[in-house]
Amino acid sequence: MSVEMAELQKKNGIPPIQFGEEVTGAETLLRCLILEQVEYIFGYPGGAVLPIYDSLYGSYFKHILTRHEQGAIHAADGYARATGKPGVCIATSGPGATNLVTGIATAQMDSVPLVCITGNVAQSLIGTDAFQEANITGITIPITKHSYFVRDIRDLPRMVKEAFHIATTGRPGPVLIDIPKDVANAKAPFTYPDQVEIRGYRASLVPSDEEVQEFVEAVSEAKRPVILAGGGIIAAQAEKELRDFAEKTRIPVINTFMGLGGFPGTHELSLAMPGMHGNYTANQALLNADCVIGLGARFDDRITMGRTKEFAPKARIVHVDIDPAELGKNVETAVTVAGDVKSTLAKAIPLAKACDSEAWISQLKEWREQYPYKYKKDGDVLKPQAVIELLYNSTDGEAIVTTDVGQHQMWTAQYYKFKHPRSFISSGGLGTMGFGFPAAIGAQIAHPDRTVISVVGDGGFQMTNQELAIVSQYNIPVKVAIVNNQCLGMVRQWQELFYDNRYSQIDLTCSPDFVKLAEAYGVKGLRASTPEEAEAVWAEALAHDGPVVVDFRVAQEENVYPMVASGNTLDQMELGDD
Amino acid sequence: MQRHTISVLVNDQPGVLTRVATLFGQRGFNIDSITVGGTEEQGLSRMIITTGGDDRQINQLMKQLHKLIDVISVTNLSENPFVSRELALIKVTASPSQLAELNGIVEPFRAAIVDVGPSSLIVQVTGDTEKIDALLVLLQSYGVIELTRTGSVAMARSIVPATAAATV
Repeated sequence: MSVEMAELQKKNGIPPIQFGEEVTGAETLLRCLILEQVEYIFGYPGGAVLPIYDSLYGSYFKHILTRHEQGAIHAADGYARATGKPGVCIATSGPGATNLVTGIATAQMDSVPLVCITGNVAQSLIGTDAFQEANITGITIPITKHSYFVRDIRDLPRMVKEAFHIATTGRPGPVLIDIPKDVANAKAPFTYPDQVEIRGYRASLVPSDEEVQEFVEAVSEAKRPVILAGGGIIAAQAEKELRDFAEKTRIPVINTFMGLGGFPGTHELSLAMPGMHGNYTANQALLNADCVIGLGARFDDRITMGRTKEFAPKARIVHVDIDPAELGKNVETAVTVAGDVKSTLAKAIPLAKACDSEAWISQLKEWREQYPYKYKKDGDVLKPQAVIELLYNSTDGEAIVTTDVGQHQMWTAQYYKFKHPRSFISSGGLGTMGFGFPAAIGAQIAHPDRTVISVVGDGGFQMTNQELAIVSQYNIPVKVAIVNNQCLGMVRQWQELFYDNRYSQIDLTCSPDFVKLAEAYGVKGLRASTPEEAEAVWAEALAHDGPVVVDFRVAQEENVYPMVASGNTLDQMELGDD
Repeated sequence: MQRHTISVLVNDQPGVLTRVATLFGQRGFNIDSITVGGTEEQGLSRMIITTGGDDRQINQLMKQLHKLIDVISVTNLSENPFVSRELALIKVTASPSQLAELNGIVEPFRAAIVDVGPSSLIVQVTGDTEKIDALLVLLQSYGVIELTRTGSVAMARSIVPATAAATV
């Protein structure tokens, strides 16, 4: 063990680890986690992980007992997104493991570093359809970055070391370690490898000088350039480099949904979010640009609308991504750099010069002023967009905000101007309802002193609202803002627009009384139905030193605009009614 | 749609075949044939996979394959001259009296009759896919009762400098 590690352990009150001591697989696992500087574990016990939970008993770890394994993995995910550190969760075999599946897929789609530990039945029972047996490594092959089934306790330390390395390097992602019960119970002298060696695995990609030179040249001649900055900026911690690069080259910045916060939404060069529910200016910028510079973005179909030939029709596309498979995957590119976006930009900044883009910038500014996000205020009716504006104004854009999936998610992305990376936490790729609330718990645990708001719909909240038990138990002061329109709003919107108002299975009017539900868990519950009430109630919520659920009763028939309908291109944008 | 022969060098770990096969399905590719076996280095296996797709699709597939942790390298053999061999066993309806006639058919293909029964016999043939297909056409007139093929094993020809092969 390194000297620094030993000092760190001493400082944090972590017990010194005896190497060479004969310990069980379960104890081996926990010692490995200590050496990986894991502090929080989100999990749920069960038969196959009894040895692990026995070792956890009285240990240094802070274990958060969620009320469902899905809550555990989303909380670990929120923790990881809020910190950049890997999230760790534990579940038992069979149903415990399969309950992680949605969370694993969520993390994989958004490139979130997770280490998921599952128990399995003893190897003597593997393959016999034993009680609570599931082939979780097989089930999760398409949705993990990698996975391990531990056959021998002597492999466990190497596998844990590799799992953390793989989860956190390159393009991050979830790694699963499946430990059969006999391995957890077996004994071996404790060791931990100093280094990881995985043949053929490229942990980081620093671009060559030639590649960077080509990148800079491709960009510098542009007169109507625009940067499309994705979640890769946040994963690479490249926000400063992005800002320096954009300011020096005078290139406006569009943030993808996953990239929100990677560039300050309040910056004069910020064009906010593009795509299906993006704003007019960002989409016009893509339509009219002569050069689109994708930085850690993957040109997904909510931006290209799946019409990749018609996407950015006047532009050469320059693409930087740490994942070589993303280059040329969705759109035709002129110049590509397979590399870490932080080191690419750091190398590019000294070489870059200002583009001749001032006319373009003032055109964009004009559009921005002419076509802001807008909605119609309606007297005493509480509009959902007004709720998000209230959240933004009351926190000056400094809160960590998680969302669920649907209309409220889009309104949050539109009306909350994120200034900092890791402030906006949402399931962008998979679009997982039920993600937002447990993710907020993980984020709040990582940042106990920051305001953490979980914006949820009345639909998605009910998928994981059992985790109210843990915000109560551990006094985690998450502020839950339910944008309650008493229906599945995004589905309703599509049924209104594309299915002739045939509202099929969207009615949620018989949801529980969310104030009482909160109170049943010992959590403060509040309700607001008018803009005035909303302001008062929200102030009370923010002032409350503990978790709060606020039930914002909003207008039901509100649609998210702008909108580019499925199958259309970005120039066919509906701006909504005034 | 062009056919491609891809050589994938992998760690000989449990589940590696599943990972590779799953990736093909996940990304919408069909595996026409696949062979797996040992290599010059202990602990590594080589998979030879034939599949179809245009250049862009195959390029994407190769990059995705390379992202699998247990995959060490991926080479598209079809981009340069390569040697490809397949073995097939073909059970043909024939009586022992037809042996000489059938020998006359299989010999030009350097194939051999490796089993003779009262009403059928087995032809063993090695070669590239086209050669085996050609022999099959000839044998079909006798009646093919059963056919089993190994899929291709393949290797880049030595005259090609190693650096010229497209490797991800």
